[in-house]
Amino acid sequence: MSRTITIDHVTRIEGHAKIDIHLNDQGKVASTQFHVTQFRGFEKFVEGRPYYEMPAITARICGICPVSHLLASVKACDAIMAVQIPEPAQLLRELLHCAQFVQSHGLSFFHLSAPDLLLGFDSDPKLRNIVGLIEKHPEAARDGIALRKFGQQTIERLAGERIHPSWTVPGGVNKPLSAETRDEILAELPIARSIIRRTLKTFKAMLDDFPAESDAFGNMPSAYAGLVDFDGNLRIYDGILRFKDSEGKPMASVSRALDYSKFIGEAAMPDSYLKAPYFKPMGYPDGAYRVGPLGRLNVAEQCGTPEADVELAEYRQRLGRIVQSSFFYHYARLIEALYGVERMEQLLENPLILDRHVRAEAGVNALEGVGIIEAPRGTLIHHYKVDENGAMKWANLIVATGHNNLAINKSIQQVAERFVDGNQFQEGMVNRVSAVVRAYDPCLSCSTHALGQTPMQMRLYGPDGQMLDEVAT
Amino acid sequence: MPQKISLRIDGELIHTAGQRSILEVALEHGKFIPSLCHMKGLASVGACRLCIVEVAGVGRVLPACSTPVQDGMAVTTQSDKLRRYRKIALELLFAERNHVCAVCVSNGHCELQGLATKLGVTGVRYPYTFPKIGVDLTHKKFTLDQNRCILCTRCVRVCAEVEGAHVWDVSSRGVGSRLVCELNRKWGESRNCTSCGKCVQSCPTGALAEKGFAVEEMTKRTEPISRLTALRGVRP
Ligand code: SF4
Ligand code: SF4
Repeated sequence: MSRTITIDHVTRIEGHAKIDIHLNDQGKVASTQFHVTQFRGFEKFVEGRPYYEMPAITARICGICPVSHLLASVKACDAIMAVQIPEPAQLLRELLHCAQFVQSHGLSFFHLSAPDLLLGFDSDPKLRNIVGLIEKHPEAARDGIALRKFGQQTIERLAGERIHPSWTVPGGVNKPLSAETRDEILAELPIARSIIRRTLKTFKAMLDDFPAESDAFGNMPSAYAGLVDFDGNLRIYDGILRFKDSEGKPMASVSRALDYSKFIGEAAMPDSYLKAPYFKPMGYPDGAYRVGPLGRLNVAEQCGTPEADVELAEYRQRLGRIVQSSFFYHYARLIEALYGVERMEQLLENPLILDRHVRAEAGVNALEGVGIIEAPRGTLIHHYKVDENGAMKWANLIVATGHNNLAINKSIQQVAERFVDGNQFQEGMVNRVSAVVRAYDPCLSCSTHALGQTPMQMRLYGPDGQMLDEVAT
Repeated sequence: MPQKISLRIDGELIHTAGQRSILEVALEHGKFIPSLCHMKGLASVGACRLCIVEVAGVGRVLPACSTPVQDGMAVTTQSDKLRRYRKIALELLFAERNHVCAVCVSNGHCELQGLATKLGVTGVRYPYTFPKIGVDLTHKKFTLDQNRCILCTRCVRVCAEVEGAHVWDVSSRGVGSRLVCELNRKWGESRNCTSCGKCVQSCPTGALAEKGFAVEEMTKRTEPISRLTALRGVRP
């Protein structure tokens, strides 16, 4: 008799996901499936709209990382206008992006993952959240809140409005940076930096406490992708999209954004709105690759900022040059947050950042445009086609969670095989399955569910489709 | 010399010249009467029905923009009934088209949105009609997005009366009414349009806008047009 366990609504991730675990006659895991249930109709909806509305529209498909969509979108628009935006505007956009990185990585680490790491995967699920964290580890919770606030405040200072900044526009940004704002941000950087330093220290001290998790949380070979510059430095706003194989050998470097489709294919998955991109030359599904912090640090030679590079060296010394286990997304995320703060300082110290020439103006000069950035969760691609008047004819978005889709599927299978015992539901097991999904920090439907409030349901079905048991937490 | 008349607006005794609209006189005396289709310098058409007022002895509400003041008139500009009706009129404007303020060029500078906020419209009680309307992006400098058009006809009038080009008209009837360019040409193919932009500046919403403006960036100015008509002596 084979049975199906469904883990519904993975808690503490943004959006809607459902996990099916199919058991075989022996009560062992036969297969797993990861469904995303909420991404639809977007491409049709934008047909006929002027291309320069895309930044505002796409920023609103996600309440969690609007800045990433904004930036990918304005870059695609720049390409349609066929302009090279003024350098100060580039610096300002990157600065905004760094602030969002720090904010987003802070959220992911402290609010979504720290409860598992600091309180334990098997701890009481009622307290295994930010509230429980505040009780048990008030210093960590305070740091998390402070770091997030720093990122958000910086975004607000630059863009005026926190949630959906309209500051970033096709051709550049619509307002230069004032010296006062620059100084305000600079004054707060040291606090953010020391929070990240502290957190890295705590995390490193805990590394040995999770042998089973680091071993089985998506610990598998795959290819990796991320943006780098000519010297192999980590880039998040602009760069060359580089693919490396599981051994670290370079497979491809895409320097012209429009060429991405020569290297990335997209497979439709059954029962899921999320397509599964793969590295084309290797075919589907062998071309599975991972993006996001783990992928980026595998692909880059170095970060390019002093402190982050020291941390990166230690990270590689501990785990190897190519880090395979998705458990270490958390570690990589912290190093990147440090990079974000250091990079902000570099940008703010560049005198050009106060320059008032921040916007290029142009009409439609190309009928197709692609914008690629590294969102906190991984590579984000916006691809638009317009008619000669600038009306949208077609749009394709490849989001970070999409790139990771195949890897998330494999990771779930691996965790389920290791921790799911077919005869019983155990809290720790359910939590580990959803925790491996959280390691990728997925942004599934870009919906705006309140954090940590989506109930998780686990259901057990008999072979005839009848529900035998149900656990809700 | 026009004859002098006296009337009361919200109880205040006002002496003024005749042959002027209630709206004009009321605004001049610091009263608030909402309106969308009215624009200083253009003929009044009474299209939006927001400027309705009560006149003692008249059994129905009257549009202040197209009702002339009369000697001995007593006008009420604010009452529960008027506020209710004005809200209904605004809600119907929203329900008739597809207004997505969050991605609109005029977000934050829109007369429709501004009035809705001011009059306390917090939701629309009527079912949205969700019409399928395309965007005309064929003009070199401007865009027409009828998803945001409220058929105030300010563009029609400014183009015909001030610029003398008469590019715009309204076709069809009722809820199917649409703004059309020269017997239904694409704007980019217009033979009369001088690309002066007066229609864009006059449009109270994001329906007419300049190309390339991102969300929230489109601000408009009608005063230069009103000043022009005053200078020409067309309308005070
Ligand atoms: S025209 Fe005004 S009311 Fe309509 S969508 Fe734009 S801002 Fe909102
Ligand atoms: S396009 Fe603008 S000015 Fe013209 S009728 Fe519509 S809302 Fe009024």
